Amino acid sequence: MQVNVTVDGTAHSNEAEPRQLLVQHLRETLGLTGVNVGCDTSNCGACTVHLDGRSVKSCTVLAVQADGHEVTTIHGLATDETTEDGWHPLQTAFHEEHGLQCGYCTPGMIMAAADLLAENPDPSEEEIRDGLEGNLCRCTGYVNIVRAVQAAAAAGNGDGSSVSAHQAEEVSA
Amino acid sequence: MTTTENPIQANVGRTRLRKEDARLVTGRTNFTDDIRLPGMVHMVVVRSPMAHAKVTNVDLTGALDMPGVVAAFSGADLADDAGGLPCAWPVTEDMVAPEHKALAIDEVAYVGDGVAVVLASTAAEAVDAAERVVVDYDPLPAVVDMKAAIADGADLAQSTLDTNVSYRWPLANGDIDAAFDGADVVVEREFVQQRLIPSAMEPRAVVAAPMGVSDELTVWSATQVPHFVRVFLAAVIGIDEQNLRVIAPDVGGGFGSKLDIYAEEILALVLAQKLGRPVKWTETRSEGFQATIHGRDQVQKISLAMDADGRFRGLKVDLLADMGAYMQLLTPGIPILGAFMYSGIYKMDAYDFSCRGVFTNKTPTDAYRGAGRPEATFAIERIVDEAAHELGVDPMELRKRNWIQHDEFPYEMIGTLTFDSGNYEAATARAIEMFDYDGRRAEQANRRDSGGTKQLGIGISTFTEMCGLAPSRVLGNLRYVAGGWEYAQVRMLFSGKVEVITGTSPHGQGHDTAWSQIAADALGVPFEDIIVRHGDTAVSHRGLDTYGSRSLVVGGAALAAACGKVVEKARRVAAHLLEADEDDVEFSDGAFRVVGSPETSMTMQEVSTATFVAHDLPDGMEPSLDSDASVDPDNFSYPHGTHLALVEVDTETGQVELLDYVSVDDVGNVVNPQIVEGQVHGGLAQGIAQALYEGAVYDQAGNLQTGSFVDYYVPGAPDFPTFRTDRTVTPATTNDLGVKGVGEAGTIASTPAIINGVIDAVRHLGVNEVLMPASPRNVWTAIQQAAASGSADSDDAQAAAAVQADDAGPDAAAADNAGQAQHAAGDTGTSTGGDA
Amino acid sequence: MIPASFDYVRAGSAEEAVAALVEHGDEAKVLAGGHSLIPMMRLRLAVPEVLVDITEAGLAGITDAGDHLVIGAATTHHDVATDKVIETHCGVLAHVAATIGDPQVRHRGTIGGGLAHGDSAGDLPAVLLALEGTMVVQGPGGRRTVPASEFFVDYLETAVAADELLVEVHVPKLDDSWGWDYQKFTRVAQAWATVGALALVSSNGTISDARVGLTHMGSVPIRASATEAALAGQSTDAIADAAARAADDTDPPSDLNADADFRRHLATVLSRRALEAAVG
Repeated sequence: MQVNVTVDGTAHSNEAEPRQLLVQHLRETLGLTGVNVGCDTSNCGACTVHLDGRSVKSCTVLAVQADGHEVTTIHGLATDETTEDGWHPLQTAFHEEHGLQCGYCTPGMIMAAADLLAENPDPSEEEIRDGLEGNLCRCTGYVNIVRAVQAAAAAGNGDGSSVSAHQAEEVSA
Repeated sequence: MTTTENPIQANVGRTRLRKEDARLVTGRTNFTDDIRLPGMVHMVVVRSPMAHAKVTNVDLTGALDMPGVVAAFSGADLADDAGGLPCAWPVTEDMVAPEHKALAIDEVAYVGDGVAVVLASTAAEAVDAAERVVVDYDPLPAVVDMKAAIADGADLAQSTLDTNVSYRWPLANGDIDAAFDGADVVVEREFVQQRLIPSAMEPRAVVAAPMGVSDELTVWSATQVPHFVRVFLAAVIGIDEQNLRVIAPDVGGGFGSKLDIYAEEILALVLAQKLGRPVKWTETRSEGFQATIHGRDQVQKISLAMDADGRFRGLKVDLLADMGAYMQLLTPGIPILGAFMYSGIYKMDAYDFSCRGVFTNKTPTDAYRGAGRPEATFAIERIVDEAAHELGVDPMELRKRNWIQHDEFPYEMIGTLTFDSGNYEAATARAIEMFDYDGRRAEQANRRDSGGTKQLGIGISTFTEMCGLAPSRVLGNLRYVAGGWEYAQVRMLFSGKVEVITGTSPHGQGHDTAWSQIAADALGVPFEDIIVRHGDTAVSHRGLDTYGSRSLVVGGAALAAACGKVVEKARRVAAHLLEADEDDVEFSDGAFRVVGSPETSMTMQEVSTATFVAHDLPDGMEPSLDSDASVDPDNFSYPHGTHLALVEVDTETGQVELLDYVSVDDVGNVVNPQIVEGQVHGGLAQGIAQALYEGAVYDQAGNLQTGSFVDYYVPGAPDFPTFRTDRTVTPATTNDLGVKGVGEAGTIASTPAIINGVIDAVRHLGVNEVLMPASPRNVWTAIQQAAASGSADSDDAQAAAAVQADDAGPDAAAADNAGQAQHAAGDTGTSTGGDA
Repeated sequence: MIPASFDYVRAGSAEEAVAALVEHGDEAKVLAGGHSLIPMMRLRLAVPEVLVDITEAGLAGITDAGDHLVIGAATTHHDVATDKVIETHCGVLAHVAATIGDPQVRHRGTIGGGLAHGDSAGDLPAVLLALEGTMVVQGPGGRRTVPASEFFVDYLETAVAADELLVEVHVPKLDDSWGWDYQKFTRVAQAWATVGALALVSSNGTISDARVGLTHMGSVPIRASATEAALAGQSTDAIADAAARAADDTDPPSDLNADADFRRHLATVLSRRALEAAVG
């Protein structure tokens, strides 16, 4: 079947078998390999993208279901991904707060966090943790992910508190 | 050695934001599954649904008729091509192990054992065709439980062997009989280390190309150990090592599960050669639950002998370790890594350890974060709590009475290692202060007095570990086939920029950043002017990769050594160009200066360029500053720390909530505090997950019942509090950087802290053991059993018994076969010996 | 990872969907949010030959119908959880919808899918039972209504026939006399409920109507009828004794998280807590 989908602002039209998952369409047909696959039961959230502005697990959506819709992936989040100045505040915050280690869950985590902040620009720690319930990370223990989302939220509120405490810090302890 | 502040240099000792992140946060990554090559075919492995069976026939014809199929092979078809999977740690001379082919031929020994492969143009076609492979099985009895496996007349997990016991490995030091015969108190326990599934977020994947980037065979693999993969693939397949290049591109976590040589790596390479086309295999997550190694799975019988005042006299450990169906790369050695750690941080007169490695019809076990040391630490930290209860002293006080004092280092401990440095008093004091230990004890007492259903418990873990896996001589004495050194090379480029080559192979640890910090300070060049290359055997021809908290301790030390050589060469060039005596040229802040005339100087980068053009070098000097070093420390390193957990147990439901967690770790000097803290956080999460959430469960037929993230509970963000961490700094003396390694510390320490806390919360109800994970079911069952046995403190016992009578049916205590309750609660007896 | 091949029908209306179901019979499955079906297809535990996608069949939306609310079957959990009309008139439903899965699941999963899947471990059945809601099912012969109490037939089986489609869910508006709470007991945040207890109580000191829906306490979702009976006309002091009967006549499943006895125990504790919170 023909799938017409706008991904990261670019319109694409490609053939897809009905059984092709959206994540496979993004990765294999469109080459957007920043969208990762971490499970086959819709648990891990590594494949999270935005479909018409809401976070979804692209492994649990058929590519044909995205026909006529808009998808945003991690590749479409930055205004210019090649320079830190062009990054989305969440990308900056994950970097500054060390909210990633191996980085495999990171694109999905950031996309989930972006939707979380879109819905709730000033979330409490508990709201952040609950909001990231659908994304598993095995490296960070989530502490710095939560800090990163808090920092991005603060940056979004314009109070400047996203400047990393760590940057100024010489030694913890 | 006194605790000191971490020395701070221009880069080392400071948080530098990670160089790795730019690609990772923008998705511009290169994980193995992202690789697509012209002509590439996709491989799917057909796996056994039977835990144990004879394979009587494999019919591939249905698969071969399917669209897009390029080839299909049974185990027999590849018997001559694909060698067996290697085991690098035959721990005893008489260890027995079954042959482990990449595809089973006559017999399958666990659910997930590969029996055939199908290759097709697309992954979907390969999956479709694999469903058409017909395999006939003749079932054999499945051996699932270790204790059943070692009983007389037990069924065999491997019919080619005449026993399920692979080996028995002893370690003894001191007069154990005297220690126990003269003891006033002996505490004895049996602990079960449940089986865990490592669950790195990136599933395994491999791409093998008959012609890679040049004429050699190239393998890209989601591995922690590209150098191991090169050596062993060449050996088992019978190809020339120099013709094989192995690349670990971006790798999404490992935790030990990618420290292995896997059947799929062998198959992909063999079939790429056979077909003359690139072959790709990517694990699905549910496949990985069966086909990627598991961790832990041990039963520990431990007894601690003490004097009446609580002084430890001796420790006996009798360990059963589940190997699973086959030996993977390090399977038999994992419990041996724990053998040295059972005495923890404590002094005692005698130690007696014995381990039996046992085959069962389950997925093979191997290294999982901590690998043997979490199990050992759990056992000693748990039994110390039980001993404290037996003696009626505070568990922290009993620890203080027995631990090695800071002025006793270096200390030859009873497990035959020499601890080079440590300061348990300092870490504990800081942890107690952060945690408000006395305040929390008072809060706990208040809750207990109130008699409510939400009881508080305080869990303690004062741990140490051996890591920085290095000393090649020691490893050799343990019959480990590889060494433990590490390699680094520094390449000084024309422009003065620097390439650092490391033999470590990071997959989340941030070596690009930390190694840049080390080299920047050692060479006096900007952090930004350094690139760190790794994970490619054509770039780093030497290396022993990343596992066992070894990378900084050994690899970082190698880098420091290589940098030192660069500086010495550069000093010679600088002296020549500055027309000074070499002894009069000093190097600081990135510049060579003549003593007495500091304005006469050259920067490292100027010297580098001058050496590159080589117009005016000292006579006979090679025109290169490039240097390398291989470093092999003569001892392990021994991080330690004190962890305190505050847990709340809902005595009505068995639900445990972790309210607060404080860890104070001493990992020696640190290069990058932010990365260190992140490693601790992640380690804590995995250790806490063992205590509370995770457990792989098999049914009696050998089917994995926790076969996906739906049933195997890798915890998410809402399942943890924000951990509070700090450090003390007692530098290691076994490497020049004074570092100890941090990758595993959190995991090793946290599991017993949590379980000690859970038991502390319900000990007044008579509970002195709870199976892991401390799920509501396991905690509630423990409370019910204690109530039924009348072991609770008076009133509390009646209250708990009342719950039992009101709400539970007549067979409440009957364990259902499927669950973890199948493990017997174990021997929790306490005996009083001697003349007490 | 990759589902077996199937034919895909994108239904533009309920009528089109029903026509496709009539045409393909048992070989067809309805695709709504897909968060139960697609994972099962990826693992090839489900291999439908035809998928009838109703996500664009005009079945989403929430309407105030006077004494009750009409919720289109394809309305997502997220929309149910955040809709102001539902929040105002049937807050318990919004509250329960917000506990389902995780945010991404709630953005795709639908109220109709969650009910038509018929899983007693799901969170929605208990609340629909307690609300005494009504399902509207459309078939080749037109629409019919099925009370929630008759909707759940057996394990993963509902009153919706193979050629029918669940199109609407009707729930009553609740006045201020009603209080409610849902106690969802899970192993990790992301997990399905080991047991859940939903209490919906109308009371002014004396309980006039108490309803308790239980999650994961049998092959079908059920109400704790003995508890409910023991509370009618009683003061709130009766809650503890009544809740102790929450597991009467239940036949809960045994699994790794709970054997049947532990489930019964949990049902009594969680029912008590939910009832206390509902009247609190």
